[in-house]
Amino acid sequence: MKKLLASTALIFVGLTGAAQAEGKLSIYHWFEYIPQELLDKFSQEYDVEVTMDTFDSNEALLASLKAGKLGSYDVAVPGDYMVKIMKDEGMLDTFAPSDLSNFNNIEEKWLDVGFDPGRGSSIPYQWGSTSFAVNKDVYSGKPDSLALIFDPPAELKGKINVLDTAGETLTLASLYLGIPQCTSDREQLKELNALVQKAKADWASFGSDVAKDVLVSGDAAAGMIWSGFSAKARQEGANIEYVFPKEGMIVWMDNVVLLKDAPNRENALKFMNFLLEPENAAAVTNYAQYSAGVKGVQEFLAPEVANSPESNPPADVKAEFVQACTEDVQVLYDAVWTNLKK
Amino acid sequence: MAAGAPMGAGTTSDIYKGDAARLMMPTWLIIGIFLLAPVIMMGVYSFLTKEFRGGVVWEFSFAAYDQFFFDRGLFGDDPPTLEWTYIGIFWRSIWQAGLATIMCLLIGFPTAWFIATRDPKSRSIWLFLITIPYWVNLLIRTVSMKFLIRDTGPLNEFLLAAGVIDTPLGLINTDFAVQLGLFYSYLPFMVLPIYAAVERYDFALSEAASDLYAGTWTILRLVIFPVVKPGIIAGCILVFVPSLGAFLAPDLLGGAKTFMIGSLIEEQFKGSAGNWPFGAAAAMILLTLVLVILLIYARAQNKVEDR
Repeated sequence: MKKLLASTALIFVGLTGAAQAEGKLSIYHWFEYIPQELLDKFSQEYDVEVTMDTFDSNEALLASLKAGKLGSYDVAVPGDYMVKIMKDEGMLDTFAPSDLSNFNNIEEKWLDVGFDPGRGSSIPYQWGSTSFAVNKDVYSGKPDSLALIFDPPAELKGKINVLDTAGETLTLASLYLGIPQCTSDREQLKELNALVQKAKADWASFGSDVAKDVLVSGDAAAGMIWSGFSAKARQEGANIEYVFPKEGMIVWMDNVVLLKDAPNRENALKFMNFLLEPENAAAVTNYAQYSAGVKGVQEFLAPEVANSPESNPPADVKAEFVQACTEDVQVLYDAVWTNLKK
Repeated sequence: MAAGAPMGAGTTSDIYKGDAARLMMPTWLIIGIFLLAPVIMMGVYSFLTKEFRGGVVWEFSFAAYDQFFFDRGLFGDDPPTLEWTYIGIFWRSIWQAGLATIMCLLIGFPTAWFIATRDPKSRSIWLFLITIPYWVNLLIRTVSMKFLIRDTGPLNEFLLAAGVIDTPLGLINTDFAVQLGLFYSYLPFMVLPIYAAVERYDFALSEAASDLYAGTWTILRLVIFPVVKPGIIAGCILVFVPSLGAFLAPDLLGGAKTFMIGSLIEEQFKGSAGNWPFGAAAAMILLTLVLVILLIYARAQNKVEDR
């Protein structure tokens, strides 16, 4: 009976608590990408009840919104090319810079970006790079080329993990071959197809969410990985080096977007403004170990994060954003990918 | 049903005569909402035109089935030939699931036999022990298996330390690992139905056969097997069908190097392909396959009952 009373009381408190809160905020976010303390801080500061669902790829985010979830979330965190796709699909709402008092905290170079000119629907969340890391105990040479993944030396053969997404893996392969993204040139596509077919024999596994774990456990001696994940793997004891290949790497930025039909538009804008506060942006960076794209974060960063080799690429490294291909070209890349995994 | 039915007022069918339709309602609701509606939706979607990056256009199209069965080259303008890609993926999945079923049967039958022949008191303890691991989530069990067999895992460490092997066995990311995962995941689905069948078996029949000079093999084949056959068939179906659509084991233990049916369909909805009609078509073809298997089972069952 006591238990019953207690739980009834709890439900009551829960209900009234929800009623008393200023409102709600529903976030659709990547897995393992925001510290819970930061959500709690926002929740307390603005008296907003925050709920969050997670996804594991840009495409999964798009699929879920297309399947009818649009209208149930306020903000989401798509990568650069996906912002453009969602904008083109009419899934994003717009705001004026004056709606966010911290709008001017955005670093100049991230203000007028190709995927959202003038930042009408998005703000920077974090940016980083996609390349690969190699275990220094296994490979003793100076790693500087994507050849370690696509044409590996004997000691790495059969010990390579690649990301399980067509976009990232085929883009890195294209960089290695020096062919443009979204090409419809038959010879170049055949070359790309032949390269990954041949390289696959030397790969141990395809995996994105396990990219860090396989390097830490030693299942893989080299693996494609995102810069922050590589830094985390190092801290978890993997003796690895994150490589800035001479052929180039992928640079990306994840962005907080205001979704169309957001049920709590006002709170969404408050949340975006909150994330542009240098202290809060730094909290995300300290957790995820990428870079913020917000001015004034430096003083709040943990030294090992600010100085990590992953976040400080050499000035001359070539870096490309992943491009969103047109439909007739995307079909070709999908065919190469299916052909690779058949 | 417990109270109120006047006894002796008539046969059961008389009592419920007017209520038949009403009593069927829950069944029809469940079949309608959870079975028919999703399958019809899937069937309809498989005949629609795909929209770029997910979604459908409401125009009738055979494109999804065409893509499944016909190969027009990487650029789509070669003369159509039979497409082996997806048939290959289906075949691999069927092969994996079939092998897992046979492994489960080989290990599961003696296990079930052993349990069913213990004294009634300890049977429940054995059954309990068999089911305990399955109270843990499938994902957790699959990841644990991965930790156990990987090159730096306890199995290899132990064998290396004991001097049995010089280099790690290299079990992870192989078809063998996938087999192991499927076998481990679905073993109890084989043990339990066979146990139920063996438990009903009257061992006096064996004795009688033995008295009539039947050898061990003959008893097994002619006396025991016909009795426990429904249990074996049920067990095989319960293992085969989920193994066919499994994607956790191939992903985590097999390294996701090749598509299985499950991951191929997932890619159509969550991957860059975003081809919903094709995903629906692949699912429909899989459903048809499974239905055919179940029909064969139903016919086998009928034959048993006809005897």
